[in-house]
Amino acid sequence: MRNLIFFIYKYYVFFLFLILEIVSFVFIYRFNHYQKASFVNYTVGVTSAFYTAVSNTQEYFYLRSINDSLQMENARLRTELFSSYYNNKFNLTQVNDTLYRQQYEYIAAQVVNNSVTKRNNYITLNKGRLHGIEPEMGVISENGIVGIVMNASNHYCTVLSLLNNNCKISAKILKNGAFGSLVWDGMDPKFAYLRDVNKHVPLMTNDVIVTSNFSTIFPEGIPIGKIYAHSLDAGDNFHKIKVELNTNFSTVSTVYVIRNLFKQEQQGIEATINQK
Amino acid sequence: MILDFLTYLLKLIGLLLVQLLVVNNIELSGYINPFVYVAFLLSLPVSVKPWQMVLISFLTGAIMDSFSSTPGLHMAACNAMGFLRIYYLRATTNKEDQEGRMIPSISQKGIVWFTVYGFSMIFIHHLVLFFLEIYGFHEFFTTLLRVLLSTLVSLLLIVIGQLLFFRSAKTNG
Repeated sequence: MRNLIFFIYKYYVFFLFLILEIVSFVFIYRFNHYQKASFVNYTVGVTSAFYTAVSNTQEYFYLRSINDSLQMENARLRTELFSSYYNNKFNLTQVNDTLYRQQYEYIAAQVVNNSVTKRNNYITLNKGRLHGIEPEMGVISENGIVGIVMNASNHYCTVLSLLNNNCKISAKILKNGAFGSLVWDGMDPKFAYLRDVNKHVPLMTNDVIVTSNFSTIFPEGIPIGKIYAHSLDAGDNFHKIKVELNTNFSTVSTVYVIRNLFKQEQQGIEATINQK
Repeated sequence: MILDFLTYLLKLIGLLLVQLLVVNNIELSGYINPFVYVAFLLSLPVSVKPWQMVLISFLTGAIMDSFSSTPGLHMAACNAMGFLRIYYLRATTNKEDQEGRMIPSISQKGIVWFTVYGFSMIFIHHLVLFFLEIYGFHEFFTTLLRVLLSTLVSLLLIVIGQLLFFRSAKTNG
């Protein structure tokens, strides 16, 4: 026993190192496997305040481009307004419409922290639980998809950027409906890769890629990008497709978080499959 | 003693600000993510006690982690680097250095010594960091290349910083 204590005393630095290293590995393991990442929830309050201050300053430099993109979007939305259509009806009747129920709600948010050069990139937004944001909600910009909400504190949320090793998004080719999964290889933030598209599917460059109807996170048909290049190796069953992303991740600043009002219902009915 | 503590605290805050506000925003390529805040750990005096060194590096990593929402990554990397630094310095400095107020820097040990020291320490840090970030050994050689290139760029930035900082310190004092 005395020898043991002496041994520990002699190498106490090594044991201290070992304990701290184990602590950090526990953090990493929990973060990678549970996605709960309680650590981030504790620190996000402090660090987000810092990043908000930084982003408030930086925003001044981008005001012009933000204005431009908002103006463009306003113009587009205005054209879709009811008042910009010619009304062909003679008499209007009020109907409680049971055929069309709202399924998706959009919550506007500002990016307060973002990165594009790391292998795993994350984005922080200035809206949180109090604004109705919960984990596993989709995030889009005015041009295309951005990522998936990972954690939410009261006033902030962290988003798993599309530019991340752990982010896989179900996508399809608009013209023929062939679907695959979209992943990022860690190199260029302008391009991602569409995997698992069968070799029989005919492809053209500039074909539009949109979100598929298989996920409860994104509505169907949100634009992602277009095919930049594609190839098929001999003996390979799947196309190699390089996708040019619509969203410019290095300048993205205004985003919308998507809340699917029917998500619980869909997941509830799907869960009964596994019970049988 | 208090003055020393404050100087190092300011140095840490300064380096973290440089890392978070400037270096993190530089988009060189997917292969190059320099981390210059490790210069703080590199420049701690040799006389720091081993257990203090291990704890300080762990805490530095924890601060960095909370700002980059990557729990554990920087902790593990800094901790490994801080631990190995103890043995590296024990092997490459003499008794006089260890008892005096020697600081591992270019002005005290020369540029060659510092480059070798900096390269080995930063390499360890980046190796642990990038492989834990990818969380596995797929993309092995790509990650190794990222480690090497990022190490070189970090080292270059830190050496430039040291040259600027210590030149001005000498002419002023």
